[in-house]
Amino acid sequence: MSNKNIKLETSARNTWCPGCGNFGILASLKEAISEIINEGISKEEIVLVSGIGCGSKIIDYINLNSFSSLHGRSIISAEGIKMANPKLKVIAFTGDGGCYNEGIAHLIHAAKRNADITVLVHDNRNFALTTSQFTATSPKGFKGKSTPQGNIEEPFNPLELMFSLKTSFIARGYSMKINHLKDLIKKGIKHKGFSFIEILQPCITFFDNTDFYNQRVYEMKENDLKTDGEIIKKIKEWDYKNNNSKIPLGIFYQREGPTYEENLLK
Amino acid sequence: MIKKDFSILIGGKAGEGSRKAGLVIAKLFTELGYKIFIYDDYQSLIRGGHNFSHIRAADKKILSHREKLDFLLGLNKDVIEKHKNKLDKNGIIIQNSEAKKAVEEVGGKSMMENTALIAIFAKNIGIEWKLLEKVLKEEFKKFQKLNLRVAQRAFDKAEILIKVKKLNKKGFPLMTGNEALALGAVKAGLDLYLAYPMTPATGILHYLAENKDRFKVVVSQLENEVGIVNAAVGAVYAGKRTMIGTSGGGFALMTEGFSLAAQNESPLVIIESQRMSPGSGVPTYQAQGDLLFVLGAGHGDIIKFVIAPGDAEESCFWGGKILNLSWKYQTPSILLIDKEVSESTFSFDENILKKINREQPFLWNKKGRYLRYKNTKNGISPLAFPGDKNAIFKSNSYEHDEFGLTIEDKEGVKKMQDKRLRKFKEMEKEVDKLESVKVYGNKKSKKAIICWGSTKGPVKEVVEKLGLKMIQPIILQPFPAKKIKQVLKGVKKIVLAETSALGQMEKLLNSHGIKVDKKILKYDARPFLPEEIEKKLSKF
Repeated sequence: MSNKNIKLETSARNTWCPGCGNFGILASLKEAISEIINEGISKEEIVLVSGIGCGSKIIDYINLNSFSSLHGRSIISAEGIKMANPKLKVIAFTGDGGCYNEGIAHLIHAAKRNADITVLVHDNRNFALTTSQFTATSPKGFKGKSTPQGNIEEPFNPLELMFSLKTSFIARGYSMKINHLKDLIKKGIKHKGFSFIEILQPCITFFDNTDFYNQRVYEMKENDLKTDGEIIKKIKEWDYKNNNSKIPLGIFYQREGPTYEENLLK
Repeated sequence: MIKKDFSILIGGKAGEGSRKAGLVIAKLFTELGYKIFIYDDYQSLIRGGHNFSHIRAADKKILSHREKLDFLLGLNKDVIEKHKNKLDKNGIIIQNSEAKKAVEEVGGKSMMENTALIAIFAKNIGIEWKLLEKVLKEEFKKFQKLNLRVAQRAFDKAEILIKVKKLNKKGFPLMTGNEALALGAVKAGLDLYLAYPMTPATGILHYLAENKDRFKVVVSQLENEVGIVNAAVGAVYAGKRTMIGTSGGGFALMTEGFSLAAQNESPLVIIESQRMSPGSGVPTYQAQGDLLFVLGAGHGDIIKFVIAPGDAEESCFWGGKILNLSWKYQTPSILLIDKEVSESTFSFDENILKKINREQPFLWNKKGRYLRYKNTKNGISPLAFPGDKNAIFKSNSYEHDEFGLTIEDKEGVKKMQDKRLRKFKEMEKEVDKLESVKVYGNKKSKKAIICWGSTKGPVKEVVEKLGLKMIQPIILQPFPAKKIKQVLKGVKKIVLAETSALGQMEKLLNSHGIKVDKKILKYDARPFLPEEIEKKLSKF
């Protein structure tokens, strides 16, 4: 493999549950980073930014510059870093709780202003590190510890929100499709502008929907999406409710345009 | 004796231009060699209401306005009604009727009544047309010709009532505390200013945004205060000298990020300009009620620099110094000011800028493996930045090891807390070396008034008049208790003056074993006037 000369491990002991979806994301990420380093990006110019949650522990497991922010704040801290030094490749990690609950204002504004960062949302559809409560993408009826009789709210479809903002790169991956996810991460990092990658990730301890995803996910033909209508139709194919539709993976939308930092620092 | 201390009030509805007129009047006096202080009183609205500027011009440095008025200028009748009780027995009222006439006669716009009023005032105090014309030309770029015609007509019809003496002194440029603070920060190498608008700190954002190219500062307004603080912590991680500014409510939203900056050892500077609280309070008015909140801000065991300048020159100096201190000790800091410092206009002595430089922080020597949180003797670890060759910089909001990886073991946790405690000790030593406490008035007096922030202005004037001693702590954390106790030697009676309802400084003094005998508190959202303090003191 291309990455055999790049050691990205740290001495930190991994504390994810055995079989956690985060292992798949970590594998994809390491592969993607190794490849971009081999393609010429210096490893000192990469900065990983995380928030709080199981997925955010990922920065301890990779021997690169990192910044651990507060719950829900990884995106805005990543923007601050990029604003201060636009030469850096800044990758932010967040969970569904951090991104769609606590810090949703930051997600919306970062996309609106087209901050040149890449955001990976580890969406396991519950707050796991706090031993399971519902989030904005938990299905109605989800039995978490704060909703023992079932979540009374419907989930929302984050891709629909991002498309309404004309986010410059919108993709969805799946933690069990490591190679496909690696490609999405690489494309996201290389994309100039705000890259949003929603990653479906089974939470094997509190919300194990591995079978549900395995039966439904498919890699879509991205070239078929030409009009806004086609894109929105694809985004809505699965609406995060437990229905019987298929779940498309891949890049839903991508556009070129000036970044926030280009405009701010010119 | 020739009068050399004038008080002028000009008021009107929001949008009628009373603030602008006040500034022009101040410039006229500056041209005559006077020192200026302007108190701006305005409401939280865009049109209507009642706004006024209180201009004081004197032959020596002044830091507050006075109760009695020599001139009362009204852009409408209400202004006169509201303030005529403050008029001195020889005071002069200038109504807007003549101004209105002048505007109508030359076909000016109704918003030019303030120009006409200035012209009438200028003539009344014996200013020559040439000087007035010069200042008006500098101040009115829009509709300049028409404004000048209005002024000329009003000037010609008015009479000379007194002759204000021209002083043989140099006038200083006029600056608000907010502007002076920004200048000081720029001199100390400010790279980035982030803010979400909030009175009375918004002036800093406006001033830096307007001058960003000249100052080479990047200015950005983001979605909310939580965003501001977390972006700023990111920006300092990437090596940029960053400041953020807000008032009490915004600062409340920033405190979690402030605590993050303490844990990951970020040199983040927050400006907290107080206004009347709690809640939304009285948003455009004065108070010093955030002291205890700021001192205790941030969950966890945190010592930070809290510095409270009391006028424009101090704001400038400490606005620069706090950046250097924050970077030297890799610690978050708070510059605590108030509406009266932020938005009042001062004659600003630019010499203070010579005392400010960009000081270099403790940088990594590029040898060996980089450890962001290296366990050094004085607790300060060398700094590197992302992008530096061969350095991996891991900043962590969790407790961490020297490299920056998350830890939870008891030995490791204590070791890092101890490292920060040693740093706090160094910060205390630094405070002892700085001019953290100022003393004014009669240094031998047995009666001392302790005050901080803008309250310095009126109190200083009173102690100098009455021969009392004034002690102004400028650095409030780490608290310079030793120095204060030193200057309190021989003092038998301590009075605290503060624009708050609780007298919060008393708690801080008490916690260092200093007892306050009396308190003079004001909490009607207005600043102290020297006369009020004098009256209260006479009762003790």
